[in-house]
This record gives sequence, structure tokens and C-alpha cells, in this order.
Amino acid sequence: MKSYLFILRKPAHGGAFVQEMLDIILTTAAFDQQTSILLLDDAVFQLKKGQQPERFGMKDTASIYPALEIYDVKHIYAEAESLEERGLKPGDLCLPIESVYRKDIPGLMRRHDVLFPG
Amino acid sequence: MKFAIQINAGPYASNAGHTALRFIEAALASGHEIVRVFFYHDGIYHGLKYATPPDDEFNYAAKWSALAQRHRLDLVLCISAAQKRGLLCRDEAERQGKRDDDLAAGFRIGGLGQLVEATRHADRFLVFG
Repeated sequence: MKSYLFILRKPAHGGAFVQEMLDIILTTAAFDQQTSILLLDDAVFQLKKGQQPERFGMKDTASIYPALEIYDVKHIYAEAESLEERGLKPGDLCLPIESVYRKDIPGLMRRHDVLFPG
Repeated sequence: MKFAIQINAGPYASNAGHTALRFIEAALASGHEIVRVFFYHDGIYHGLKYATPPDDEFNYAAKWSALAQRHRLDLVLCISAAQKRGLLCRDEAERQGKRDDDLAAGFRIGGLGQLVEATRHADRFLVFG
């Protein structure tokens, strides 16, 4: 078993990219690998409360996140500065996340075998 | 060293595919192993048989096919990303009532499990694009 850290940087609904990243995350977890997620930059918007993308015919990617728990995805981290720069507090998100300061991210990355950019 | 490679950008959208090709050539020349090259997102267009760039321009599908033949590379296009973008293998084309498959020589269709498996067996995982 390897430990994977998926480093997501893009907001949802800008194309199929985020949805396709979530497919890889689900597959990795389904293959019983230790799987964690780090939301950086505009990716913190992926978990913003109150999105209604289905009104525009888009897939609700935020709703996939609660299912990740069933797949034993270990941790969902968000960079504290990315949240702050965008005026978001952890309470504005639809899931509890672990907030990580920018200075601690290199250490977080070093604790994983595979860094998966997205 | 064993490398797993993922390519996410379309052939003419960025230099990701070009850089990946050059990296793989250099890695093989140095005696390293390429476990698998996995094409995802718009990267699947690297395997489109019908791409016909002008003669004096870079033909990605042809380059990959030649490289795969020379080094027995495993080039895998993600099935869900490819089907969504209209690029079908022979079985799926027949099932959908379409006439032909769209894959350039040396490419095959596979699932995301093959990407995860490649990253598990590799010493290094590199993503281009």
C-alpha cells in the first residue's frame, strides 16, 4: 500500500477536470491505497456551501465528497491561506476539513509516497 | 528506476506531450523503465488515429506509435475520458454502431485502475500537463 496525496488546485464547473480528478481519487481509494486530498488555491471553492450547479445542468461535484468517507479517504486538507485569500472560513464549507498553513505543506507532502497534481 | 507517466493535456494545447515524449526517450536511453504511459483528460487525443497535421508539423500519434513499437511501451487511454470525447476502441465502436475504431497503433483503452496500478509499481510518478 502506498499513501497518495491528491493536490487539487482548480475550482469545480470549469470543465470536466474536477469530476475526472474525483474519479481517480475514488479509484485509488477503491484499490485500498491510503488516500488524502489537499485543496489549494481556487480548489477550496469546490466545497463551498450552497452550490446549485444542477440548476445549470452541471454535476454537483461537492456531493461526491461525503461519499469519499465511505471509501476511507483519510484526510481532506485545505490550505488556510487559500481559504483566507478567498474570504472563506472552514464553516463556509459543506464538509469539515483540516486546515493547514502554507508553511506546513512541504512537510505534509513529504509524508506521502505519491503526490498527484490536479 | 521505474517511471509511471500521466499526460493530461491535448497534443496541440500545450507542450506537455512534447516534453513527455522527450523525457521518455531520454529515460529509456539512460536504461530506465517506463511502467506505463496513461492518457487522461484531453490527453486522450494523443491516441487519435485520424489526426492529420500538415507534413511539416509534429504528428503526435505517429511519434507515440513509433516509440511504442521500438520500446514495447504500454500506452493506455482512459476509457471514460476517451468515450466522453468520442474516441472509441473497436469493441465499443461496434457496440455503438459506429464504423471504425479511432486508436492509433500501439495505443490501447484501459481503466483508471491501470493508472493506479502503474503508480503503485513505479518508483516515480510524473504528470505532464
